[in-house]
Amino acid sequence: MSAPSARVAPRRSERNVVAWNGPLRRYDILKEATVALVVVTILVVVLAVLFASPDEPPVTLQAWAKAQPRGFTAIALSELDGTSTSANYGPPYNHHNGSVQYLWGVSIQRAFGVTDPIKPAESFVLRPLETVGGKPQLTRALHRYNQATTAQQLSWDHRYGQVLARAKVINGSLVVPPANDGPVPEMLSAFLAMTRAGGLDAQLVEHASFYGTNYTKPILFLGDSATAQDNSYWNKLVTAEHLQGSQWGMMNETGSWPGQPWLWLYTMWYQVGPMSSSSNGDLEVVAIMTVCSIGLLFVPFIPGLRDLPRKLPVHRLIWRNYYRSYPKRPAGATRQEPR
Amino acid sequence: MTEQIFHLSPVTASVVNLNTPDHYLHWGFILISVANFLVIVAMLVLFALALGVPFFIGRHHKDLPPKARAQHLDTELPAEVDEAGGRPAWTTRARRLWLRRLPPDKLLPDTQPAYVASWIYVFGVLTLAGLVIAIVSGMVLALEGPIWWHTSSVGLFVNSLHLWSVECFMGFMAIHLWGKYWMAAWRGGRALTWMTGVVAFLVAIFEAFTGYLSQTNFDSQWIAFESKDAMNGSGIGAFLNTMNFGQALMLHIVFVPVVLVLIVGVHIIFVRLRGVVHPIDADEAHLAPEGGAQLLTGPSNGLEDALEATTPNSAPTTRPVAR
Repeated sequence: MSAPSARVAPRRSERNVVAWNGPLRRYDILKEATVALVVVTILVVVLAVLFASPDEPPVTLQAWAKAQPRGFTAIALSELDGTSTSANYGPPYNHHNGSVQYLWGVSIQRAFGVTDPIKPAESFVLRPLETVGGKPQLTRALHRYNQATTAQQLSWDHRYGQVLARAKVINGSLVVPPANDGPVPEMLSAFLAMTRAGGLDAQLVEHASFYGTNYTKPILFLGDSATAQDNSYWNKLVTAEHLQGSQWGMMNETGSWPGQPWLWLYTMWYQVGPMSSSSNGDLEVVAIMTVCSIGLLFVPFIPGLRDLPRKLPVHRLIWRNYYRSYPKRPAGATRQEPR
Repeated sequence: MTEQIFHLSPVTASVVNLNTPDHYLHWGFILISVANFLVIVAMLVLFALALGVPFFIGRHHKDLPPKARAQHLDTELPAEVDEAGGRPAWTTRARRLWLRRLPPDKLLPDTQPAYVASWIYVFGVLTLAGLVIAIVSGMVLALEGPIWWHTSSVGLFVNSLHLWSVECFMGFMAIHLWGKYWMAAWRGGRALTWMTGVVAFLVAIFEAFTGYLSQTNFDSQWIAFESKDAMNGSGIGAFLNTMNFGQALMLHIVFVPVVLVLIVGVHIIFVRLRGVVHPIDADEAHLAPEGGAQLLTGPSNGLEDALEATTPNSAPTTRPVAR
């Protein structure tokens, strides 16, 4: 059996830890924690009473369709003919390449493949339209569209798109000039009416027959207007609130509340070249921030960064009491502790 | 009835109406809202005050001499036997390890080094206080569900507590980080203390992000759409769909807070194990001789050994005199 003192002998692995063997002062860790909790609680309550918190209601597809029936219908058409941003996005929604980002020729996005498959024409337009009952004309139009070849569908879509630009909004309805566009006017007219009545918002929520928590489809559909139309309903609201990426929007909040100022560096990279105009900008910024985060993590090991605190005298302010009480001794002198 | 009473309560309505278009400051390519600018200015002012305002240490304060660490009977026994002379159980070994590394007077100290006398030191505990209030207010929001605060004035007030506790938490944490950087707080075998703190900071940012996604309002709707490209482009989108509210909410109220609290806990344990870093150019006589540490001893590892080998930090003999 070893002697008891063997258990408290210094171990080799402890040698590098510099320990304090100097003067102490009284301290009460529990009192400090209690006082801090009380002070911060009071501060938070005062801030909450003074300023409350923002809560601007979400944009609905219904509001968009009512505000911009022509713009809404144009986006619905782009979903049908496969020209929308979502339809060409790429992973994780489909196999296209429209929004796939690369870094040094490598796409991590593509490597993970399609994990959340979405077919915008079917998911955003055709399937919701199939739920509309009591409209034989719409049922026939849908049947005709679904039975047609892809080339015929695209031809109808294209001709409808040509006259849509000349459409007029009369008494809240979209009046589109006639064209050789098959069943498309009937379908998109019904689609607009259904959305203006509020029927589409719930239809697009994943598994929304009763419960639903996945808003990927409605947000992507709404977002297609933000990417395709500078003056879209959503874009106007977002720009007014300074939430666009080009407006340092990542940091901002609706109204006059502070947002996430801690994202200032992340947001900043989007404002400078080449990221500000790069089609791979998001990935480039993520890569830069990953390097910055790793740099912050390993500051203790990075020459220059780890040496700066010693070179700039901020520490002399922090520890001024200590430096004043225990000034440097001349070489060979013995310490006389302050009384 | 209760709802009606609270609805009329003055604490549920803001005194200052911030539901108005914000003003923005524009310098070159920098565009910042006045609200965000004021938060950053407030943080800088707090940091400056923490450095400049004399610390209150009491009129009758007198430095105490170093004291020997109390020994605990359990740790004095040989490792290979328990009290009955048998093979120690896992529990016995774990208790001995805990007591040896982190004895009660180190975990809950009633003294600390005399140099810990600056307001900058309080920002660590203020950060923890902000985190506690954020967790408690978040638990109240969780009790009533994610839509409650949109329809109830009480809910809105609790949400306001949650928002401002998060702003305080993040702000205090940033000031704490600035302070620790200028102290070079990784010296003396404390690299892991610094690193766990940085990880906590990064996880807190992700926790805030999932919170913003979970608001079920205009803000969260746009953030979900706008952030998806960075997530998808970096491959994270295959696992985290920002537009899946259910996933964002579960991450925000279960997974990420647990990870955050665990990392903060590890960080605090490292602070207690290693102690608060000593002043740059501290008097050599105040630093424990090798293996003879009195107050702040703790284990090191290969990573920190490497640091020690590359960073002469403790007590050069040429420190200038501060008067």
